[in-house]
Amino acid sequence: MTAALRIPPRSVGVGLALSATLLALLVVSVGTGEFEIPPGDVVAALAGQGDRSTEFVVETLRLPRALTGALVGAALGIGGAIFQSVTRNPLGSPDIVGFMQGAAAGAVLEIVVLGGGAFAIAAGSVVGGVGAAALVYVLAYRGGVTGYRLVLVGIGISAMLIAVTDYLLTRSTLDQALAAQVWLTGSLNGRGWEHVRPVAAGLAVLLPVAALLARPLRTLELGDDAARALGVPVERARLALIAVAVALTAIATASAGPIVFVALAAPQIARRLTRVAGPGVGCAALTGAVLLVGADFLSQRLFGDVQLPVGVVTGVAGGAYLAWLLAHEWRRGAG
Amino acid sequence: MRRGAPWLLVVLAALALVLLLSVGVGARPIPLGRVWSLVWRPDGSSDAAIVHDLRIPRTLLGLMVGAALGVAGALMQALTRNPLADPGLLGVNAGAAAAVVTATTLLGTVDPLAYIWFAFLGAAVASVVVYGIGTAGRSGATPVRLALAGTAVSIALIAYVEGLTIVDREALDQYRFWAVGALGGHPGSLNAQIAPFILAGLVLAVALGRPLNAIGLGEDSGRALGARLVRTRVLGAVAITVLCGAATAAVGPIAFVGLAVPHVARAITGPDERLVLPLSAAIAPVMLLGADVVGRVVNRPGELEVGIVSALAGAPVFIAIVRRRRIAQL
Repeated sequence: MTAALRIPPRSVGVGLALSATLLALLVVSVGTGEFEIPPGDVVAALAGQGDRSTEFVVETLRLPRALTGALVGAALGIGGAIFQSVTRNPLGSPDIVGFMQGAAAGAVLEIVVLGGGAFAIAAGSVVGGVGAAALVYVLAYRGGVTGYRLVLVGIGISAMLIAVTDYLLTRSTLDQALAAQVWLTGSLNGRGWEHVRPVAAGLAVLLPVAALLARPLRTLELGDDAARALGVPVERARLALIAVAVALTAIATASAGPIVFVALAAPQIARRLTRVAGPGVGCAALTGAVLLVGADFLSQRLFGDVQLPVGVVTGVAGGAYLAWLLAHEWRRGAG
Repeated sequence: MRRGAPWLLVVLAALALVLLLSVGVGARPIPLGRVWSLVWRPDGSSDAAIVHDLRIPRTLLGLMVGAALGVAGALMQALTRNPLADPGLLGVNAGAAAAVVTATTLLGTVDPLAYIWFAFLGAAVASVVVYGIGTAGRSGATPVRLALAGTAVSIALIAYVEGLTIVDREALDQYRFWAVGALGGHPGSLNAQIAPFILAGLVLAVALGRPLNAIGLGEDSGRALGARLVRTRVLGAVAITVLCGAATAAVGPIAFVGLAVPHVARAITGPDERLVLPLSAAIAPVMLLGADVVGRVVNRPGELEVGIVSALAGAPVFIAIVRRRRIAQL
């Protein structure tokens, strides 16, 4: 176990740098807003040493939103890393293999047809996403699941779910369509401690499981035959990994909506930062958290009075960054 | 070809059948015999007007758009050597959508014929950007790089569209009806506008069959066989942009046809692009027009848009193919 999990020094360095960046981002994003708080006072308030009004702003208003962002980002980063490794395809992320589309269809159905509240919409998205993922897995199963078949079946199911969502949007009133569009983009507006707790609890359960599965995950990257030869029960390991990744993505989507790009890009960016070929789950989690907290900070400040949902920023900035990364990739054969 | 010959007849018969059905079936029931005589001898009645002004243009539009999407998908899959490549994945649909929404929000364009040109421009710009990013750097345009670049650009553009439509209600209202993908309800002059582009794109694509076969063997073998990789890739990208741009501009993004049809074509002919490309041009309209006819029938007197039907009907067939056999390798 210890030998298999030996972590390269560069990954440790990158992990520390990412953690420091994340902490700095959290302090800065908690400190800025209509009521500015210097970073020193933010830290003091977090340590219980600040004055009462500062503590109220920090702990009741801003910290939950920032923490939700960090936890959701981390969950998406891990989920994406696992999905991409299991499918052995950088495009095999939950945005593409059906989960996000299932979540979107479930939520829009709830908004347009059933007219449920916030909790019902979140529940609808989880049911939709998990249902879509289960359907993809079952349909891709044929004496075992191969990565390519999983991605292809996922794309097929996604196409159907997108059609359902588009259909519902044309049959709804404009107000319903607008509400659905905001939810579909993914937002962290108005997140409180009641949003932090479920994500934190979910991560507390799922992170150790993901860590336990790190070794089979790395072995699966070598190919099924090699993994089998190394004594990994391939199908069972893959099912367990997919279940963990789906659960993480479901928690993230229920909290913040189907935020695109983080699950796709965080593992890719982490991989390039650490220059490690395998799935660096820890660095992917930190990268996802940094991406989402940073994007939310920008989405609140960038457009003046217009409060755009964070998904707009993750999409535009993240997509552009991944494109830039690909364009400047100088190492031959990478990407 | 020899082993595909009976299948080719089936495809052509199916194409003839859907063309007939597409002209013969609609919201107003007109007996097939009367439709047939009206096609050749319009008598000035309202039935004749329906056939000539609505159904025939709509059928021709479906024929052109279907062929364009099928061939563009086959071309993309061959060029990127990626069985998952499709106009949606390489950023073309997102580029068209972004341009349409920009035109309706920022410039206030409402004339459908005008925003078709914006969609065309957006599709072209997006695919140039995707191709530029995919080929930058020393390793050149590897399949994975192209697909990643396409996904990155798509995600950025769709987020931009979401941002604009959240702020602008009018834009959202127009966008949601364009985004489902419909063959009906377009101005009569649309066909003449997109026909030159689609014809040119189809001719260019079919002419690329041979060099694509060489590329399909892998870059090094292809080069050894004298394939001019850069020229083929650039011409292929031009053909894809023209075909997808025109199709998406005309009817909105239609998922799945470009992805699924080349797989069906390859299952029939084997991996010879000289046959896969023309066969895709024949199979795709069958799928698209068939979906359109079904959409007109299932929800009378209303319609289910073709984009929705083709996704709901095409996806299970596609999944069945994926399950049944190993996907024919590229």
